[in-house]
Amino acid sequence: MDIGFVLQQIINGFSLGSMYALIAIGYTLVYGVLRLINFAHGDIMMVGAFLTFILLGIFTGWKFQHINMPLFFTAAGIAIILTSIVGILTYVIAYKPLLDKGAPKISLLITAIGISFFLESLFNVIANQYLGGTYQAFYFPKWFSKIIHIGDITIPILTIIVPILTILLLLLVLFILYKTKVGIAIRALAFDISTVKLMGANSNFIIAFVFALGSALAAIGGIAYAMAYPSIDPYMGMLVGLKAFAAAVVGGIGSVTGAVIGGFILGFVEVAIPGFFPELGGWKDAFAFILLIFVLLFKPTGIMGIDFERQRF
Amino acid sequence: MSAKKYFTLIAIVTAVFVAFLYFSPKIFGSYTITVLSNIYIFIILAVSYNLINGVTGQFSLEPNGFVAIGAYVTAILLLSPEIKDELYMLSEPLPLIRDVFLDPSKPFNPFLALLISGFVASLVALTLAFPVFRVRGDYLAIVTLGFGFIIRIFLINNPEISNGSMGLDSIPGFASYFLIGIICLIVVILVYNIVYSRYGRAMKAVRDDEDAALAMGVNTFKTKTLAFMTSAFFEGVGGGLLASSIGSISPDQFTFMLTFQLLIIIVLGGLGSISGSIIATFLFIGGMELLRPLDDSSWHFGPIHGIPGLRMVVFSILLLLLMLFARRGLLGDKEIWDYIKIKRRINE
Repeated sequence: MDIGFVLQQIINGFSLGSMYALIAIGYTLVYGVLRLINFAHGDIMMVGAFLTFILLGIFTGWKFQHINMPLFFTAAGIAIILTSIVGILTYVIAYKPLLDKGAPKISLLITAIGISFFLESLFNVIANQYLGGTYQAFYFPKWFSKIIHIGDITIPILTIIVPILTILLLLLVLFILYKTKVGIAIRALAFDISTVKLMGANSNFIIAFVFALGSALAAIGGIAYAMAYPSIDPYMGMLVGLKAFAAAVVGGIGSVTGAVIGGFILGFVEVAIPGFFPELGGWKDAFAFILLIFVLLFKPTGIMGIDFERQRF
Repeated sequence: MSAKKYFTLIAIVTAVFVAFLYFSPKIFGSYTITVLSNIYIFIILAVSYNLINGVTGQFSLEPNGFVAIGAYVTAILLLSPEIKDELYMLSEPLPLIRDVFLDPSKPFNPFLALLISGFVASLVALTLAFPVFRVRGDYLAIVTLGFGFIIRIFLINNPEISNGSMGLDSIPGFASYFLIGIICLIVVILVYNIVYSRYGRAMKAVRDDEDAALAMGVNTFKTKTLAFMTSAFFEGVGGGLLASSIGSISPDQFTFMLTFQLLIIIVLGGLGSISGSIIATFLFIGGMELLRPLDDSSWHFGPIHGIPGLRMVVFSILLLLLMLFARRGLLGDKEIWDYIKIKRRINE
């Protein structure tokens, strides 16, 4: 086996894995606080990519020419903020009234599916009506796709930037969780929601913050995903979101570091297996679920092994 | 309800429904009959989906996968080897798939094909249930949702089994309007009997409080697995009927959209209510037909005009509103005759 080929696969795996990791963090945070699989989270990632696309279109008069760095980062920044607001809105409009009424878990899950489908069909209508088609090419500064050579392997810059960005964001999330007041509140909320309310913490603000943080990370993941493939469509978040959830369970749902590790593992599996066994290439999208089933069979707590009755994050 | 009263009731319902099935093609046009047989198939799917989601309270998103399995198994069993040789364009069919006929001179019995479809679906359900129900948590939803994708990937990537993305057509249309109606009636009566049997009470106990059910000696793992397998069996049968009544199938017919529609139906009717699911199926399919103009770009009503895909936006908002303001749906977890009984008691 050629060592260059192996290295190339490892770097590609890291890059794909970081996108799953960025989305998985949001799943794990919301699950830790509300014990809810937020099915809409994958579509939040799609919203992030779509808003970036729309903003870039507005900035360049729908010609998508001469996109330079400041323009791109402005568009991406605004899109990330808007996506966080969408995330907060899903909590405030859909989940919070149900939680206040003390609705059973199944109602929350159905609502999550409803939001997911709503976002998909809404952006489908927007794309068909105003953008001229379901599938759109995604434009970004050429610098990201510049190819660099290390020894005999060639990789685009984007493939290296995304994993580094992911690690930095993981450190930032860990910093927020362990060193700031709101982070302490989030961990307390994950531990016992009713006691935290009794202690006078504003639980609504904290949960909204969790949704905003998760959505912002998902938006970054979505933009990275759109740049890697370079295309977007309203249903892109569905499968990626499911895989990211599988990654979160593999890493140990409730653990942020676990989510990132699970994301990297899934990325490696998805790149390595078709790389070494090309005949399995068509099955790429199924690996995440096979991995998930194995984890549920043999180690339901995942790699970071969080015992849900004792500690979280 | 005493046993005698119960059998009289079932006999009356059967007689009235069979009479309706017999006379309706003479009264309504062919469009209405097509919509009605579609409704009967959806009733089969909704009632069996309600068994796992509403009665057992395990949130699952499986119908599209099992319906696809049922449809493909029925189609492969019923198509003759000669037709398959013509149909399979992307790759030669596997010998096993080509010659499923035990006796090549006789066509395969369609009822046996439906039963086999159901069994295959419930076997698949067993393999999914085993890892999922061992642990607590809502993993069933994510595994079944992923399973729907895997079935699609499987069907597209194995042209020697399923003819890939081209799908299968010229499936024998044994499923007449009358037959679909009769099978729908049988499924509803069977599911009703399950729900109000010992097993059904165990399922409801699992839904209401799993710890308490466990303490009372209910084997929760077995109960959940049985409910899931039963649900899969009837969804497989429904899939077989769907394949035969449409005549052609392809992987694109069995996307998550199908599951989403069934989810709206059972939530609208009330999770856990069989009669609610039946009423909601009529309302939903009727509503889908009424809202069809929303998808048509030439239609407009004042400032509102149709956009392709708008109908699904309306339906997802409907689901969200239902969850927010009418979480119990039309009938809650009771049956329509329970309400009649309560009303009578109040009048007395």
